[in-house]
Amino acid sequence: MSAFVQYTVQGLAAGGFYALAALGLAVIFGVLGVVNFSHGACYMLGAVAAAVLLDVLHVHFWVALVVVPILLFLVGVLMERLLIRWLLRLDPLYNFLLTFGLSLILVDVVKRRYGVSGLPYERPSGLQGQLQVGGIGLPTYSVFVCLLSLLVCGLVWLLLTRTRMGMIVRASTEDADRTRALGINVGRWVTPVFGFGIALAGLAGVMAAPFRAITADMGGNFVIILFAVVVIGGLGSILGAVVAGFLVGLVEAYGQAYAPTFAQVAIFVLMAGVVLFRPAGLFGRDETA
Amino acid sequence: MTQHVKHSSSTLGTAELVTAEPDVAVRLPAGRRRSPARWIMLAVGLVAALALPWFVYPPVAMDIAAWALFAISVDLLLGYTGVLSFGHAAFWGSSSYVTGLIAIHWGVPFPLAILGGMLFAMVIAVPIGYLSVRRTGIYFAMVTLAFAQMVYFVANQLSALTGGENGLQAIPKSFFGIESVETDPFFFYYAAIGLILLGIWAAWRIIHSPFGRVLVAIRDNPARARALGYNVDRYKIIVFVLSAGLAGLAGGVFAISHGFTSLQELDWTTSGKVVLITVLGGIGTLWGGPLGAAIVVTLEDRLTSSGFEGTDIILGSVFVVIVLLFRHGIWGTLADLVRRAVKARQDPGD
Repeated sequence: MSAFVQYTVQGLAAGGFYALAALGLAVIFGVLGVVNFSHGACYMLGAVAAAVLLDVLHVHFWVALVVVPILLFLVGVLMERLLIRWLLRLDPLYNFLLTFGLSLILVDVVKRRYGVSGLPYERPSGLQGQLQVGGIGLPTYSVFVCLLSLLVCGLVWLLLTRTRMGMIVRASTEDADRTRALGINVGRWVTPVFGFGIALAGLAGVMAAPFRAITADMGGNFVIILFAVVVIGGLGSILGAVVAGFLVGLVEAYGQAYAPTFAQVAIFVLMAGVVLFRPAGLFGRDETA
Repeated sequence: MTQHVKHSSSTLGTAELVTAEPDVAVRLPAGRRRSPARWIMLAVGLVAALALPWFVYPPVAMDIAAWALFAISVDLLLGYTGVLSFGHAAFWGSSSYVTGLIAIHWGVPFPLAILGGMLFAMVIAVPIGYLSVRRTGIYFAMVTLAFAQMVYFVANQLSALTGGENGLQAIPKSFFGIESVETDPFFFYYAAIGLILLGIWAAWRIIHSPFGRVLVAIRDNPARARALGYNVDRYKIIVFVLSAGLAGLAGGVFAISHGFTSLQELDWTTSGKVVLITVLGGIGTLWGGPLGAAIVVTLEDRLTSSGFEGTDIILGSVFVVIVLLFRHGIWGTLADLVRRAVKARQDPGD
């Protein structure tokens, strides 16, 4: 039983990264209609930025948790202003390809600058060791990741449902033309929303820094799993992205625990099942092509 | 209280890459128009394929030929059916493994081993295609990418068979006991180029057949094709499997040529590289694949041998520029210039 709880916490922690990043992917897709291939690279940039800030400027983890997403927000704003913007009127595949090219560049730049071996990152003091909950030892950092990612997802949820800004964003994802007809300047929200989505990927990266090996390639497999996550959840659905993120994290953790041979394959089998029985995704609305 | 988000594909048309912007529309293959220029181009292409190892280091020439066919297999889907497969490494890579295993364990002449690899690629393409065509547009790209990653993990798990991280080593080039082919890459090129040309010819036949015309109809307007009574999904699955076969053929040649294959051939970056080559050369042109392959393989070879390490920085930048400014690709842009020049000469008052 205690082992099961440990695997669950481990899965929810891994799922937290997926949920946060997938949330960013979903928000960007909703407002811009862009599937951002460089999301994995941005996640990697978040982790690398945290490691470099700690190493060079001795920026503490807690500060990095705030500063790095802001930096990534700026990166996202630049990306949108300089590149993404020009292809928004075309088929979404063009921006998919553009961000793929961008991702090649970002990964290789980091590889050339910081090498292929992992950058070190100590777990911040206070988050080391284990927590005793009801006689079961749980790694403190995993619990922290679960709670923080849930908290951030909740905050984003509040932002989207309780504020005027969130209402505009939801309305433009629902029907951009009608929102425009109601006198809302949808175009004004495109850049900040893209930046916000990238910032979420960056936040996931910072949280992963003390947890995973920080290498230039860490985003490669990550972004593919993210794609599986949003296919499972339904790319159109923000709630779907979050739920599927945690679900995939759990599948991965249970897989590693009980059937290590199939751990990584299990995620894709889950995706195949969803595509077969619910092509629009668990929370997606039917797509009418 | 779920947050539903409308798919942009429904506002931007049905996510067919080439119809979204009429200006970028790829022209129908002009089957009837047998202009002499076409035959001259064909002759030039053939001569180029046969003369390549005289000018380029033969193993590199073989790489160009294999990547050219691989790119054409992707173009069959992207340029002529309007769906982007971002998981074609699954077929190229799995065929390279099966080809290698057959060649190592059974010692058959290499074309037979490649045939085996190609058939394997087509077999695994059936379920992957069946599942992937349930989604269209950008989803198709994401789903194929994810399935290819699954094939990668499976190959990694079956390390007893595939050699895991080490890959398959020492794949022989058995060819009816003809020693010069088996040891000299120059002669091997001529033994293997026939297979590649056969593959390109098959792609050409597919495109110019009634079946190919239906594919173009699906690309331009899937709803209309469906209304005309064509089973769009079935057509897509069939062309997906055919395309996987061509990718498998190319991957088999690649594995035999190198005498080695590894997980790199199944990696998603390989899927990305072939899409890059296809778009760089120009989608929907058939000539674009070979042109893109020649450029990318030569560039990589030059950069690597000159000790420059940031190959992906260069490739990525080139790709970004192509996607932003030259969406017809190099061949498409050149063809447009020629067409415009010809037209200007024909009606000067225009």
